[in-house]
Amino acid sequence: MSVYILRRLLLLIPVLLGVSMIVFGMVRMLPGDPAVAIAGVHATPEYIQHVRSQMGLDEPLPVQYGIFMRDLMRGDLGRSTRTRQPVLTEIWPRFINTMQLTAIALAIATVVGITAGVISATRPYSIYDQASMVLSLFGVSAPVFWLGLILMLIFAVNLGWLPSSGTGTIWHFILPSVTLAAQSTALVARMTRSSMLEVLGKDYIVTARSKGLTERVINIKHALRNALISIVTILGLRFGILLGGAVLTETVFSWPGVGRLMVDSILARDYPVVQGSVLMLAMLFVLINLFVDILYAFLDPQIQYE
Amino acid sequence: MEMITRFIKSDAFKRLKRNRVAMIGMIVLIILFGVAIFAPYIAPHDPYSQDFFQTLQSPSWEYPFGTDDLGRCIFSRILHGARYSVSIGFISVSIGLAVGVPVGALSGYFGGKLDLIVQRFVDIMMAFPGMLLAIIIVSVMGVGLVNAMIAVGIVNIPQYIRLIRGDVMTVKNEEHVEAARAIGRGDGMIILKHVLPHCLAPIIVFSSLQIATAILWAAGLGFLGLGAQAPTPEWGAMLSQGRGYIRTAHHATTFPGLAIMIAVMGFNLFGDGLRDALDPRMRHDNA
Repeated sequence: MSVYILRRLLLLIPVLLGVSMIVFGMVRMLPGDPAVAIAGVHATPEYIQHVRSQMGLDEPLPVQYGIFMRDLMRGDLGRSTRTRQPVLTEIWPRFINTMQLTAIALAIATVVGITAGVISATRPYSIYDQASMVLSLFGVSAPVFWLGLILMLIFAVNLGWLPSSGTGTIWHFILPSVTLAAQSTALVARMTRSSMLEVLGKDYIVTARSKGLTERVINIKHALRNALISIVTILGLRFGILLGGAVLTETVFSWPGVGRLMVDSILARDYPVVQGSVLMLAMLFVLINLFVDILYAFLDPQIQYE
Repeated sequence: MEMITRFIKSDAFKRLKRNRVAMIGMIVLIILFGVAIFAPYIAPHDPYSQDFFQTLQSPSWEYPFGTDDLGRCIFSRILHGARYSVSIGFISVSIGLAVGVPVGALSGYFGGKLDLIVQRFVDIMMAFPGMLLAIIIVSVMGVGLVNAMIAVGIVNIPQYIRLIRGDVMTVKNEEHVEAARAIGRGDGMIILKHVLPHCLAPIIVFSSLQIATAILWAAGLGFLGLGAQAPTPEWGAMLSQGRGYIRTAHHATTFPGLAIMIAVMGFNLFGDGLRDALDPRMRHDNA
């Protein structure tokens, strides 16, 4: 097992290097001259040139990448061209906000999705099953930003039960996290139902039943446990989608997260912040995937560690 | 043509016809394509014509879905918007297919160093949350509808490579491929004639589901202001314009969103049904 984890950790190095190269390359390809952005549009050509050499922008690209990596290792992501603050100080509080939103959404998707899926699978083709599958079809197909606006219209504007935007209290979390969770909840419910149904048809379930175990024990201990492997895989994959959906959800609810910060920074040509945000989100996603793979190995005794 | 007639006579098609859910999906898609083709003839108004005496009107006989902030008929704009969504879906999936199928097939068939390089590249691409990658690519290429389609297509490439590589690796060891090799057929011929046709079913199923995702993502880019630009009646962009008036005129937000949802649902239902029909082993996956 520890060999497997070590191997996975080593595989992480080329992936992270590749990610840093792509982010570095793409940010360099974004339109506009960062030196002009810092010096100001009305600066003299001499001053712009001064800024350019100060930022190392007149060095060849490989050298620039080297400097970028050296700074990155020290935890230095540069400074925002808008606020002149270090990028990390800009990003960190927003990163936490996005993490909170995504984590709550993932928790909702897991708990509600698995519960709905298990109930569906134990009573297939019942009214409950059909209703929950129709609902999950809506959940999979509705655009996240539209769902957010509709929920906001109903619960904040018309009923006035919940705040429509911003952060602060626990109530502020409800609409954004439910919005973000909807699609994943629907997929987890469908996945749980189908893998449970598959497992429930197997011989060892018949054996368990003939041993006189209660349906409850069979469903939870035998069926759900075996269905869990595919559910964990789906949840890991969902995390990336949730991070992407967070950009849209944050826009709808004016949630001060890193996704919205990234889009705002692209529009304002604040490229150091774009670079930092994408790097942080990609690294987070890579680490989550690693975690899922390891969890997967724990859950499935048949998996080979090589 | 021959393939189509063969498909219509096949068991898979019979299963597809019996699948009520897939048929609902197909009806939705037929309506969607019909609207996309005939939009100029069935729309009651010009989707671009503004009327400043009729701004933000609620739905009425004259304007079935109401009017937007510039007094344009939302119903007519949604009908025209179907053209954009259908093109977005098909163009971005075509990009994914055009690059993903050959690269995935070669990588899976030949294996070795090529496969290793391709797979590391796929790993790196997949390390980015898809929507974020699409946002960055659009920003590099410049904001707009065409670039949004291309960006969504590029983001899909690694998934196609993975899917096709896996299938090719399974099929290439089957006996009929061995036989083709034994009679001295070249690798190119074997891939095209003996391997890829057997990977067709998963490719078709994945593509139809992927069209649904592409429509959602491109609408998301439009909503963020990175996709289609005003005055194009693309559904995501319409939603983002209507959003400012949600308190007073929510129909400007509600209807474009419903349109996106119905289109996406059509492709999802049809794709699920197709999967059940083409791969009976996975029958239980959806109901």
